[in-house]
Amino acid sequence: MRQLRTWIAQIALYALFALCIGVFSGWPRYQHLDPGLALIKLSLLHQGQRLHDCVTQTPEELAKLPPNMRAPTRCPRERAPISVEIEIDGQRVYTATAQPSGLSHDGVAAMYRRMPVAAGAHDLVVRLRDSARRNGFDHVRSERVTLVPAEILVIDYSAEHGGITLQ
Amino acid sequence: MSSARSVPTRVGGAPALQQVVLTIESAAAALWDRVEVSLDALVGVANPLRHLGSLAFLCFWLLALSGIYLFAVIDTSVDDAWRSIDDLTRDSWWLGGWIRSLHRYAADAFVLFTAAHVLRELVHGRYRHFRRFSWLTGVAVLPLITVSAIGGFWLNWDQLGQYSATASAELLDWWPIFASPFARNFAVASAVSDRLFSLLVFVHLGVPLLLLFALWFHVQRIARAAVFPPRLVSVLALSSLLSLALLQPVQSHAAADLSLVPRALALDWWLLFVHPLTEVTSPGFIWLLAGMLILGLCALPFVPMTPRAAVAVVDPANCSGCRLCVEDCPYTAITMQPHPLLRGRELALVDADLCAGCGICSGACPSSTPFRSVAELRTGIDMPQLPVAQVLRDLQQGLAGTSDGSRIVVFGCDHGADVTRLAGPDCVSLPLLCTAMLPPAFIEQALRDGAQGVVVVSCAEGRCEFRLGPRWINERVSGERAPHLRASVPRERVVQVAAGRGGLSQVIDALSALRQRIDPAHAAKDSAA
Repeated sequence: MRQLRTWIAQIALYALFALCIGVFSGWPRYQHLDPGLALIKLSLLHQGQRLHDCVTQTPEELAKLPPNMRAPTRCPRERAPISVEIEIDGQRVYTATAQPSGLSHDGVAAMYRRMPVAAGAHDLVVRLRDSARRNGFDHVRSERVTLVPAEILVIDYSAEHGGITLQ
Repeated sequence: MSSARSVPTRVGGAPALQQVVLTIESAAAALWDRVEVSLDALVGVANPLRHLGSLAFLCFWLLALSGIYLFAVIDTSVDDAWRSIDDLTRDSWWLGGWIRSLHRYAADAFVLFTAAHVLRELVHGRYRHFRRFSWLTGVAVLPLITVSAIGGFWLNWDQLGQYSATASAELLDWWPIFASPFARNFAVASAVSDRLFSLLVFVHLGVPLLLLFALWFHVQRIARAAVFPPRLVSVLALSSLLSLALLQPVQSHAAADLSLVPRALALDWWLLFVHPLTEVTSPGFIWLLAGMLILGLCALPFVPMTPRAAVAVVDPANCSGCRLCVEDCPYTAITMQPHPLLRGRELALVDADLCAGCGICSGACPSSTPFRSVAELRTGIDMPQLPVAQVLRDLQQGLAGTSDGSRIVVFGCDHGADVTRLAGPDCVSLPLLCTAMLPPAFIEQALRDGAQGVVVVSCAEGRCEFRLGPRWINERVSGERAPHLRASVPRERVVQVAAGRGGLSQVIDALSALRQRIDPAHAAKDSAA
């Protein structure tokens, strides 16, 4: 009788273990984004313009250099930081500046940001500065976008596709 | 009479905080033990709390086998991964779907058993001194388990995989080390290429392989590491996971669609809890938490809390080079070296870093027999804090000091039931560092010296502080393991009891039953008293 009770307890214990595993392997359901919201993602990887123009080297300057380094022009590598401004329905919701990567600041600058917004139509303005200028922006895109719930709109930059892209 | 009973005490001069930590640890251990003992009473030898490490290993083997099968049958390209797994689940539910579900549930159980195993060792303070290596290699296993567990969801490339991959990438991007945000790889559908997917597959194959190596290191300094649970526990655990996989097969979500946010996910909370936790806190908080946890666990063995037990000492004049101590040492602390004095003979060598100070080696040493013709018992390998000669003296003095009634000798373990509370006019109690420290010949000696019976109290199976003590003493007394108790010793006068801390009532019951058997009149008098 005692043996039977032990067997039943063993089966019950391991069944409870399986139940715990089974239940919490899928319950409760997780709502990552509230219903009625859509998501705008800024995912930008862009190399700013050079901060300084290329300089033509004089014969005297060239003569001072080793023969294998006598390039006619000298182009400083440093790139401009990237500044982005996003406006939704007339309200500025995001402003940021990213520095170029690399020890010489000559690499790409990157930005990544998630912005949940209510689903529906929105006036979206994206401004991007990638030069040494202090005021104003080099690229601007204004568009009225309509987002269904859970839709993701990705803001990126592609010179091939004419600048700021919305996909 | 000497007592080797060791209650954790802080290192002299250490701050009071350490005493507080020890007190908390002790209370947590007592609570854990109470749960374990309750489960013992309920399910007996199938108590999973006694086999957490080996159950985690069992899950790992299941994961490896089911993973090899899945890798062979599923498509690992970004376009076809989801379809191939979905087909497997629907068209071949009785095999492929079942194995897929088993793979997931084994992963859940692996994490659960591992977490419980860490907690159990933590509350029992099993990270100090000779356990430092196992503890640190165990901590190294934790991040590998996490990466392996989370990475598996990406390969399915359904909405859950999409969510997990994106959330993991965003978590990684907290570190300012990527020139390009890792999350960009999952920003738009065109970014997820077969090449990226191959990398994800590689992560889910490579990291578990590293995990296997880490587990191998983890058990390196443990003799006879239990990488499989006892048969009954294995059968029950396997049956429960297989049944679960059959009754509740894992289903994929819809295929990943990077233009939509995955919603209403059937999240595996055992493995993916970190994503929601990141959302309600921040990536920085999660990294801080993980860093503190790992660093804290790594730092624990280096905090001076309790003094280290003295290690075994070899006496070259009495070591015969028989290797029995090497065989029985639970922590591979003993090796053999050429004897410095006798050509062709070997001598035991103790690695002080690995020695637990359990005394199992002195119980295994054939020179520990009290029947040798020597003036003072000297053995081949002995414990400075409790030499076998001292145990023999305590035994003989104890018996000399008891009444002529049915004298019984109780050998106990410092880490098990407190047998010192049984000492009385007709009972000699001798606590040892571990019950397997007892040379079996001492039982015979006790009977020769006038004891009517002997009770050997070991810890319960799976609860031994030094892992193998109960097994070795059982095998020695039953004659299956050298040095064994001689066949001529009347077995009806020897009783073995498995009782952990708090199990004194079991010992008292066994003691009464033994008295009843060997001296009913005395037992009746005791009962009347």
